[in-house]
Amino acid sequence: MDATIHITLFSLGVAALGTLLILPGGVALGWLLARKCWYGKALVETFVALPLVMPPVATGLILLKLLGRRGPLGPFLEAVGADIVFTWKAVVIAAAVMAIPLLVRNARVAFEEVPERLEQVARTLGAGPWRVFFTITLPLASRGLCAGVVLAFARALGEFGATAMVAGFIPGETVTLSLGIYHKVQLGRDTEAFLLLAISASLAFGAVILSELLLRKRRLAHNG
Amino acid sequence: MKLNLSSLHWHASAFSLKLSIELEGRAIGLFGNSGAGKTTLIELIAGLRRPDAGAISLDQTVLSNTADGRFVPPELREVGYVPQDGALFPHLNVYANLVYGVGRCSRRNGVESTRTGKIPITLESIIERLDIAALLQRQVTHLSGGERQRVSLARALLASPRLLLLDEPLSSLDADHKDAVFPLLQRIRDDFGVPLVYVSHAPEDFFALCDRVAVLSEGRCLAAGAPAEIFAARPSIGYRLAANRFNAPE
Repeated sequence: MDATIHITLFSLGVAALGTLLILPGGVALGWLLARKCWYGKALVETFVALPLVMPPVATGLILLKLLGRRGPLGPFLEAVGADIVFTWKAVVIAAAVMAIPLLVRNARVAFEEVPERLEQVARTLGAGPWRVFFTITLPLASRGLCAGVVLAFARALGEFGATAMVAGFIPGETVTLSLGIYHKVQLGRDTEAFLLLAISASLAFGAVILSELLLRKRRLAHNG
Repeated sequence: MKLNLSSLHWHASAFSLKLSIELEGRAIGLFGNSGAGKTTLIELIAGLRRPDAGAISLDQTVLSNTADGRFVPPELREVGYVPQDGALFPHLNVYANLVYGVGRCSRRNGVESTRTGKIPITLESIIERLDIAALLQRQVTHLSGGERQRVSLARALLASPRLLLLDEPLSSLDADHKDAVFPLLQRIRDDFGVPLVYVSHAPEDFFALCDRVAVLSEGRCLAAGAPAEIFAARPSIGYRLAANRFNAPE
């Protein structure tokens, strides 16, 4: 039972940390995609969507090669003393990368739904771009952003393929709910697997319900 | 107030605006049918669009001049803007909308107001004159069309603008609401002494409000003058545009 609680808390912590890690950049990128025209925008959009359409194991392999000692970032990581591959940090990074598309896409839609006219009027009332962003754009996009955060969190929580590739299965160190379920089934310990499954399903169900509620409230607000 | 638009040029894919006008008065009208370029011109004056070429100046202040790259951003122009739908911030109540821009324009630049109004612009005076005391704690989504426009006008005034741009503020209102809001525009012009640029495609509005009217069509200025000159004489261009719009007999 202790192991189950540990796996659950570890998974929640990793998913939360992964989501937090991509939150500022994801929101900023969502805003840039929604509001600005810039060179290479289509390329960045495609790149951001890749983890959504590529096999997670393939994304994991890219991360493994990128962060491994002999990878392009290896010497730098070694220089700063950061050992990432096959540690809990790799689990966080895998979760974060897999959650990026959901966060950025939801942020983009949330910002697109804020009428630009309101931002323009705020400018004529003496507010600079930052004040407009924090007092008009962000509050009006907040429900959509929150829904995006919840979905990104749920995606991070359910991550399996990339995590297995870049973090492996190290009991007490890198085992998440998904990895735990797989491992228990492999060992034929179905009861324990079903317990982890029930926890996983409950958390995912709660996250989707929460995001639906947020989006529904946003639709009602927009419809007046 | 003297508004000078010199060799102004702006274009998008299917539309181009090209004009030079100098207009002077307490209230200036912009008249034209849909697609004439009225809103584009308003947005250029407000600083919400950058002109491709030309200069815009208000009294002695150059707001934009492509020749020397000068472009005053909208938050520093001290030019208020009331769009057709009022554009109230839906997540704030009426009071929070009103105080959003209080005193910001004049504080930011340290410029003394050149207004000649009898009544100073204060929260209390605006609330009283625009009759919005009963609305202060209401959510803006629960306001009627007329109430929304009154709050939008009040909010724009409270930022102490040197000039107020009104983009068809009455067009979405029914006759009763229009009759209630229109006198407020005269009050803003006279009591508070804020010069107006008023956009409409209803000629009768200009007689009651504006000293000068510019007639726009397809991004060009066809004529400018007093409302009587523009609309009264049958062969006038303003009359012809209005007649065409309302199918009046030539």
